[in-house]
Amino acid sequence: MTTARTKSLSGAAVPGVQRSPLTDALLNRRLWLTVLGWTVAVLIFFPIFWMVLTGFKTETEAIAEPSLIFSPTLESYAEVQQRAGYAKFALNSVVVAFGSTLLALLIAIPAAYSMAFLPTRRTKGTLLWMLSTKMLPPVGVLVPIYLLFRDTGLLDTRTGLIIVYTLMNLPIVVWMLYTFFKDMPKDILEAGRMDGASTLQEVLYLLLPLTLPGIASTGLLSVILSWNEAFWSLNLTSSNAAPLTAYIASFSSPEGLFWAKLSAASTMAIAPILVFGWLTQKQMVRGLTFGAVK
Amino acid sequence: MNKTRTSGRTIGGLRTLSLQAPAVSLLFLWMIVPLAMTVWFSLQRYNLLMPGMTGFAGLENYEYLFTDPALWSAMGTTLLMVGWVLVITVVGGTLLAVLFQQEFMGQGIARVLAISPFFVMPTVSALVWKNMMMHPANGVLSWVAELFGLPAVDWFSSLPLTSIVIIVAWQWLPFALLILLTAMQSLDEDQVEAARMDGAGPIAIFFFITLPHLKRAISVVIMIEMIFLLTIFAEIFVTTSGGPGLATTNLAYLIYIRALLDFDVGLASAGGVIAIILANIVAIFLVRMVAKNLES
Repeated sequence: MTTARTKSLSGAAVPGVQRSPLTDALLNRRLWLTVLGWTVAVLIFFPIFWMVLTGFKTETEAIAEPSLIFSPTLESYAEVQQRAGYAKFALNSVVVAFGSTLLALLIAIPAAYSMAFLPTRRTKGTLLWMLSTKMLPPVGVLVPIYLLFRDTGLLDTRTGLIIVYTLMNLPIVVWMLYTFFKDMPKDILEAGRMDGASTLQEVLYLLLPLTLPGIASTGLLSVILSWNEAFWSLNLTSSNAAPLTAYIASFSSPEGLFWAKLSAASTMAIAPILVFGWLTQKQMVRGLTFGAVK
Repeated sequence: MNKTRTSGRTIGGLRTLSLQAPAVSLLFLWMIVPLAMTVWFSLQRYNLLMPGMTGFAGLENYEYLFTDPALWSAMGTTLLMVGWVLVITVVGGTLLAVLFQQEFMGQGIARVLAISPFFVMPTVSALVWKNMMMHPANGVLSWVAELFGLPAVDWFSSLPLTSIVIIVAWQWLPFALLILLTAMQSLDEDQVEAARMDGAGPIAIFFFITLPHLKRAISVVIMIEMIFLLTIFAEIFVTTSGGPGLATTNLAYLIYIRALLDFDVGLASAGGVIAIILANIVAIFLVRMVAKNLES
């Protein structure tokens, strides 16, 4: 009886064993939950699905009555690649997102290391102060940053965006690394030190390999945030350094209602980030909430 | 003995200092320089279109700003946007977290689909909604309305603020869901089981066990969302450009208009100072909460 019940709970019907009303009710409940859960998920995901679909239509089909039946074409993808200089904007996004992430990791790893393994009385205060710099709304400092960038020639350059994104994400990166480093058993580092490892060796050969998954998800979160950032990219770049967020915004002009091309360009712009997001969703929560929800 | 210990601490302190110095000094500069400049500019007569007219203005910019009906309209719009998006995402996120916590077939994939909008860049989600979803003639929503025999809605001209709220809520609902789902994982299953044994129904369990358990996570979601939502920009920029009239101009967009369209540095900076003060009122509570968590 017990085995029968556990088996039917896992979803498989057990032949030859009479099912009790209780398991029937459980199965029924699961069926309803499946229907409800999937309906909600599909509704939320629908705009993305529809965008991907529209990218494979011709412009005439895209703007016609919504329909699931059409013969898919790669026309819009080809046109976006050729005419709009998509590659340039994509390259800007890649350089800016990964450049700022690498820079942020380089600056943050030593800081997070010292906070996690050599804490002083001031460590907590420093961490909270870093968090508080995130509270400065970008629009509050738009004017000075714009003028500083104009005067130093950083306006519409990738370097300028990399600087802004590095500083924008630095507090989150330090925090997230700090929580990962703190979870690491101290004994391992202690043992390394006993064997005569220097601080640098300790970090390079013990800490980094052991916390690599944490560092990777921190890096991915930073890439996602930089890739999707659309306040500074819209205000500080125009033709040279514009990343994909700004390029997509150029489709908003009223005379350019090219839905299929917009969809194709958008699909390419969000696809890699969507995958990164799916991969790191669980670890990401730490960074997004500053360790307040684990 | 005593001497070695002191020197040991100093070396440790020095090491800490040098390791943290780059991060701390860069962040300090990033915070203090623009902040000081914003405050300074806000007290100046400074318009890029009128190079001759410069000088100390005292509180003139603030006076002008506070008597400008556009500011109050923008404050109201900001408040409405933040308020509605918060209500939708927090209530919706909590319910969805409860739903996706249950076991059902393909639950993992369904969950991934539901959190996806959070990873879509704001310009893409705004344009996809504006064109393919909410277009009055060829959008999916008007097609659905027609299916039910309802009149099609011209979203952005008749319900501009609602349209923006829908788009932004669609992006942030998955954020609330993601955080609250994580928080649900630490819910004590035994406690729920015990309550069920005692005859508690699902609604009672939700209100007396689940909701109190999620209280902390919900307040974190509210505060983080508030900080980001106070300065919604890209979604307005690519859809309504703040219009029609001032209907969708929030504080962030108003500052943008004053700064980069009117080139009035002084006035825009005064607006910036107000935005900073507003954000910091929220931030104080968030920092306090994180600090409490750091102790435990």
